Amino acid sequence: MIELVSKDRCVTCDRCVEACPTNVFDRGADGIPVIARQSDCQTCFMCEAYCPTDALFVAPTVTPLPTGDPLRNEDHLVATGLLGSYRTGLGWGHGRTPGSRLAVGPDLTPHKESSHQAASNGRSCSPCRLISGR
Amino acid sequence: MIDILDLTADVLVAGGGPAGAWAALKAAQAGADVILVDKGYLGTSGATASAGTGVWYVEPETEAREAAMASRENLNGHLSDRRWMARVLDQTYANINELATAGRYPFPILDDGSELRRGVQGPEYMRRMRAWLKRAGVRILDHSPVLELLTDPAGAVAGVAGHRRQLDQPYRVRAGAVVLATGGCAFLSRALGCDVNTGDGALFAAEVGAAFSGMEFSNAYAIAPEFSTVTKTAYYNYATFYREDGTVLEGAGSQRGRSVIARALLTGRVFARLDLAGETVRAAMRLGQPNFFLPFDRMRIDPFTDRFPITLLLEGTVRGTGGVRVADEDCSTGVAGLYVAGDAATRELICGGFTGGGSHNSAWAMSSGTWAGTAAARHARALGPAAKRRRLIATGQAGLRPTGAQLGTHHDVVRAVQAETHPYEKNYLRHGDVLAEALATLDELWTYTSAHTRGPDPVGGRQAAAMVAHARWMYTAALARTESRGMHKRLDYPDTDPTRRHRLLVGGLDELWTKADPVRPHTPLDLAVAS
Ligand SMILES: Cc1cc2nc3c(=O)[nH]c(=O)nc-3n(C[C@H](O)[C@H](O)[C@H](O)COP(=O)(O)OP(=O)(O)OC[C@H]3O[C@@H](n4cnc5c(N)ncnc54)[C@H](O)[C@@H]3O)c2cc1C
Ligand code: SF4
Ligand code: SF4
Repeated sequence: MIELVSKDRCVTCDRCVEACPTNVFDRGADGIPVIARQSDCQTCFMCEAYCPTDALFVAPTVTPLPTGDPLRNEDHLVATGLLGSYRTGLGWGHGRTPGSRLAVGPDLTPHKESSHQAASNGRSCSPCRLISGR
Repeated sequence: MIDILDLTADVLVAGGGPAGAWAALKAAQAGADVILVDKGYLGTSGATASAGTGVWYVEPETEAREAAMASRENLNGHLSDRRWMARVLDQTYANINELATAGRYPFPILDDGSELRRGVQGPEYMRRMRAWLKRAGVRILDHSPVLELLTDPAGAVAGVAGHRRQLDQPYRVRAGAVVLATGGCAFLSRALGCDVNTGDGALFAAEVGAAFSGMEFSNAYAIAPEFSTVTKTAYYNYATFYREDGTVLEGAGSQRGRSVIARALLTGRVFARLDLAGETVRAAMRLGQPNFFLPFDRMRIDPFTDRFPITLLLEGTVRGTGGVRVADEDCSTGVAGLYVAGDAATRELICGGFTGGGSHNSAWAMSSGTWAGTAAARHARALGPAAKRRRLIATGQAGLRPTGAQLGTHHDVVRAVQAETHPYEKNYLRHGDVLAEALATLDELWTYTSAHTRGPDPVGGRQAAAMVAHARWMYTAALARTESRGMHKRLDYPDTDPTRRHRLLVGGLDELWTKADPVRPHTPLDLAVAS
């Protein structure tokens, strides 16, 4: 669930308020969004993807975390590289290569590693290579 | 609350997932003035946006196409139709190529310079679709769930009414035709991106007399780490499944053997480890699906070396195949002015009784969206300006206009419907006695909801009613199909009955009905019989 809105990073652009599909945020009086309906958060990570300054963090858990949990601590999230990590994975943000350009997943039927390597060196395995999805 | 927002369009599209986005685009390309409204936000909302999809993109070569069509027919119970499969393959191929060029989607580039077009990342795909729709002149209203259809006095669909929830403002759109692309129903299970999919469109369609097909194929459950929502299942092909004591759970698997997991989860925890993936595969997985790794990285779990607990989350008709019956090739519904696309429509035509992923759904969303959008534009044009002067009649009932005193909240109804649909022992491992009992409870819940539920917010009430209706159609169809076929497996009827190889229709609101679809699936089996 959404656990963090960083006051220091937020540039009050309202992107997350618009983009959250389940309408979890309200605009705060100071422009910084407020997590108004955390119980409606569907843990889809989309607000993180849309935040231009990596000011948001969505914990992967489906219930709210206790107050002292490290995943609610901005310093911890920065130190561990977790803050903004989904945007990095998607290749979103200025100067990045869109992740979709690189999204060549593995063959979805496990081969023995040796045969897969052999196959993926050439293009022979590409018919069964699926990208995203499922 | 502020005054009602009153708008007019040729075509109104309800839902901004891929099906709705393609419908709106194609209607606009056909010259229609289009408004698209979404409950959430076109770009992030729905199953595709946060999950991403493989796409049934097959080169137009006879052998490859033949293999693609044949590959699932056994699994799907031979209920899919070859003519529909062929046209979906054609349409999908065209749309994906258009997405790459006019839509500017950045597909991976292979060593020889060609692009790999067999899948799309959800956030990127839907962001591109939004930009493309804007270029095409489509007006988009986000955070504006539809609450009901409006008809003219003759019963033809003539618009929608809804609620702009960030402004607390009601709205109404008069339109020549409406496309319902509101997705399937996952019963607020928290499956990735699916909490907006509460089956609203199905309820709206039923209220104007549309029928459903394939509602028995509605028990898709997906694997997710126990603590999380990420129901991305493809990579579990590389998993071994374990019991809590560390012994291997024999027979468990992601594709075949998911019911073994369900059974084991009834009595204890189940763990997984992706131990069949070597270094190359691991690296490719990270590039292929970055969101698959979010729960692991954030909980400091290495899925390749650590055993982690898993669960199965209900995806209902999102990765089931049931939905509004498609009456014709243009995705019309039999109700004048109403068209359906994507998961809101039945996918049996190409998926029969089984999907679970593997690219057919996304192909169906973009193909049916294309046909529905094009046909809706044509319908609106044929009606001409008189369409916008029609007297409008509201059709919404349960959850919106209770017949008695308002009691309780929609939250109570949601909890009650979840208690009948989520449990594996009811919906997954199906048995007639259990289904009948659950259906009786749901029937009572429907009577109660129709009489007493409204709000506190109008969207919540409608969602709750839609879920109850959905569950009743599901179990009515599941009880009527006294055999096992596709994903619908009955413990009391474990075999497939060759005399029941037909699609099953269901409909009604207070009184439900079922009957065999008089239209037969067109399959190689039928051709063999005919010759
Ligand atoms: C985790 C996961 C992985 C998947 N992987 C694959 C795959 O690899 N390949 C594949 O083919 N398929 C896959 N699927 C299935 C695929 O995502 C769906 O079939 C597809 O998203 C259907 O598109 P849609 O537009 O019909 O519905 P959705 O994408 O669900 O969109 C429905 C839209 O309707 C809106 N809406 C709902 N109610 C209302 C209302 N009352 N008013 C206005 N708007 C409303 C919602 O906000 C949403 O934006 C997967 C599904 C999941 C959950
Ligand atoms: S994770 Fe999804 S549902 Fe939760 S706040 Fe972010 S965008 Fe909204
Ligand atoms: S998207 Fe990020 S920067 Fe913009 S308002 Fe939300 S938290 Fe602040």
